Amino acid sequence: MTLDAKIPSGPIQEAWAKACFDMKLVNPSNKRKHSLIVVGSGLAGASAAASLGELGYNVKCFCFQDSPRRAHSIAAQGGINAAKNYPNDGESVFRLFYDTVKGGDFRAREGNVYRLAQNSGKIIDQCVAQGVPFAREYGGSLTNRSFGGAQVSRTFYARGQTGQQLLLGAYQALERQVHAGSVTMIPRTEMQDLIVVDGQARGIVARNLLTGELTVHIADAVILATGGYGNVYYLSTNAKGSNATAIWRAYKRGALFANPCFTQIHPTCIPVSGDYQSKLTLMSESLRNDGRIWVPKKKGDSRPPNEIPEDERDYYLERRYPSFGNLVPRDVASRNAKALCDEGYGVGKSGLGVYLDFSESIARLGEKTIRERYGNLFDMYQRITDENPYKVPMRIYPAIHYTMGGLWVDYQLQSTIPGLFVLGEANFSDHGANRLGASALMQGLSDGYFIIPYTVGNYLATNKFPKVEDSNPAVQEAISSVRTKLDKLLSIKGNRTVDSFHRELGKIVWDYCGMARTADGLTSAIGKIRALREEYWKNVNVPGSGDDLNASLEKAGRVADFFELAELMCIDALDRNESCGGHFREEYQTADGEAQRDDEHYSYVAAWGYAGADAAPVLNKEPLEFHYVHPSQRSYK
Amino acid sequence: MKLTLKIWRQKNRNDKGAFVPYVMNDVDPEMSVLECLDVLNETLILRGEVPVAFEHDCREGICGSCGFVINGVAHGPERGTTACQLTMRHFKDGDELTLEPWRAKAFPLIKDLVVDRRALDHIIEAGGYISVSTGQAPDGNDILVGKEIADESMDAAACIGCGACVAACPNASAALFTGAKITHLGTLPQGEPERERRALSMVAQMNAEAFGNCTSIGECTAACPKEIPLEVIANMNRDYVCASFRRRDDLPTPVPPAVHRA
Repeated sequence: MTLDAKIPSGPIQEAWAKACFDMKLVNPSNKRKHSLIVVGSGLAGASAAASLGELGYNVKCFCFQDSPRRAHSIAAQGGINAAKNYPNDGESVFRLFYDTVKGGDFRAREGNVYRLAQNSGKIIDQCVAQGVPFAREYGGSLTNRSFGGAQVSRTFYARGQTGQQLLLGAYQALERQVHAGSVTMIPRTEMQDLIVVDGQARGIVARNLLTGELTVHIADAVILATGGYGNVYYLSTNAKGSNATAIWRAYKRGALFANPCFTQIHPTCIPVSGDYQSKLTLMSESLRNDGRIWVPKKKGDSRPPNEIPEDERDYYLERRYPSFGNLVPRDVASRNAKALCDEGYGVGKSGLGVYLDFSESIARLGEKTIRERYGNLFDMYQRITDENPYKVPMRIYPAIHYTMGGLWVDYQLQSTIPGLFVLGEANFSDHGANRLGASALMQGLSDGYFIIPYTVGNYLATNKFPKVEDSNPAVQEAISSVRTKLDKLLSIKGNRTVDSFHRELGKIVWDYCGMARTADGLTSAIGKIRALREEYWKNVNVPGSGDDLNASLEKAGRVADFFELAELMCIDALDRNESCGGHFREEYQTADGEAQRDDEHYSYVAAWGYAGADAAPVLNKEPLEFHYVHPSQRSYK
Repeated sequence: MKLTLKIWRQKNRNDKGAFVPYVMNDVDPEMSVLECLDVLNETLILRGEVPVAFEHDCREGICGSCGFVINGVAHGPERGTTACQLTMRHFKDGDELTLEPWRAKAFPLIKDLVVDRRALDHIIEAGGYISVSTGQAPDGNDILVGKEIADESMDAAACIGCGACVAACPNASAALFTGAKITHLGTLPQGEPERERRALSMVAQMNAEAFGNCTSIGECTAACPKEIPLEVIANMNRDYVCASFRRRDDLPTPVPPAVHRA
């Protein structure tokens, strides 16, 4: 398949304006005749549903939680980037674009990233107007801070709860449209399959999580904003319900899945404490602005951190990367922490942890200032670990946090199935092989507020939508395949719980397709995943029935998809014989242990196509061209 | 450590519920209450019993999905802490914990510890927003907001919509929840133009749902995991009274309450 990203020709600065002008418009009085489905109500989904409702389209928005306000965007802590240059420190659209392409280790599409940087300022304006209580200076202007890996202060924030406040802004805009009657909100409902009629995405099969009823929803276009697939690792910073089912079912209906092996490990999470652990908690990376990361110079040093004198501490990031120090990008910080722990320098009971120490900042700025900046994060840390980070250094360890891979989309955010649009973390488009901090919120809102309202209109104006009846064979086939799968899961009644399988799967993926990967490891992981998947379909025990609230059944469907996705991640990681960003193949590193790209052979997006249950997925390549940011070896020294 | 969990089990709204005791022999003090339920559910499934239904998602105290009453207190004994962040080290070996759902007429029970909180969404839907469509905004710094004002707004905006305030209130009032949104938006200059209309609409919807009235007891703020201050209720009452006087001819019509919808 030839992949056409449809990026307008001409200077990149004009590309989006040109694309907008070239798009066909839907007459205002015709908009209400078009129905749209938005799956997911996080930043991308809620902002899309609200904006499309405002334009006058007939929108149905689905979420699996009890309310759209629960979507996991709510947990983002640190902030949102925007090229406003309010601090007068050299920020510009071009610099944000440049940093994002470079930070993504030259595996993102230039055109998309430039547009993201262009939209960034408007996002802040929109959110301020909605009443998002961003941090302010005494004079009343917006405050900025620098954030993981950036040398300018371009990050806007609302205490340590930026995601929550942005999501509430989008949620409120969505509820306003619900009130106006343009959006119908359908909570506690999970998409189970995509309905494709004559090559067009025309609807979804959804399951009511309270009654188990399967319902068909037909529309003129389907927009997926269902987030990432980090929960494939079982332990992650994602919410427990976050899942890949919607994008995975779309993949099996013909959408291509791009760069599945590009996953991001976040360097600052609270270390694992026991086998019962159900999820990992992130500590915002903004902490790295004032915290210094270190390990003891002596292996296995068991003294409490405050008893280790200054000259016996190794501030390894400051030592290895003098110009960026503790603010190196996430992949670099994570890999260094893992390497030192693997060598035996780790701290804490498990030896899987490094210190993040605030004593110097507290001495310099005072406890009050630190409390103002990070109070809620310190409280959260203390609540979980029972240690006071104002007195003793935090212990942190990397954890899976974000997935850059996702469904392949073109510049219009349309997948390879016409009429299927994919927004936010669910698509692959803007972050390459590594996402910079505070850029996920930016992308979700850019896609939802400022891109999809244009591009979906163009699609609606240039296509025909014959009526689809419930009796249509494509609809019937989708429903019966969903029903068969659910019935099968309920009928096995084996000896192991869904969670026990998920935990074991997660461990395999973390060990072999996590922070460091090797060809041998990936090959054996594929074998292990297949064997475990086979056991799953013979031995899983899903209690209860399919006609009431049954959390085990919901999980069982999601884990079944994670098995297949995990295999594709390993296949992709094995196929990409280079290291880039979060994808670190041990065979490909520079002399001092940094990721070694191979631009000659791998400067492309790997977009995988489903070829059937027992067939190998088909690799399609979208070559990446760099006209504005010349690929170089990333250096943060 | 060894604990007994006495959990409210109820198959559905029409079923008669009851407390069922479960003995847990190996509870790690580092576990959260929800992880304790996870472990219990794993054993129940393998014993062929129906696992306990409870709501949860982010497990870091911000999504507002989780919550039940623990030993008579919404979200349990720790101040400013959601159930998902409540670790077992706050309990002693041999303790008995009673877990029951939010009990309020406006929150119909769904199953075990899960209730329907759609009434809260209805209150936001009625007017908990600033009416600005995408693309209409001026530059962010065109609207100056003093730091103290932004901080006061943020204190109220921190509400996670979990419903603990309703569960804690002897009247099952949603005044803290509604007041928090009215304060978040009404404090800011952006929210000023709609301040009166917002208070009228949201209070009208709150009254239409099956919530009780506020009698200033203050249990709500004591139970609130985000420690939303009681002043937000005073702000709501002030805005509501002013608006009712000035907009007598323009009173909003609430939508049918959640308890009456299918």
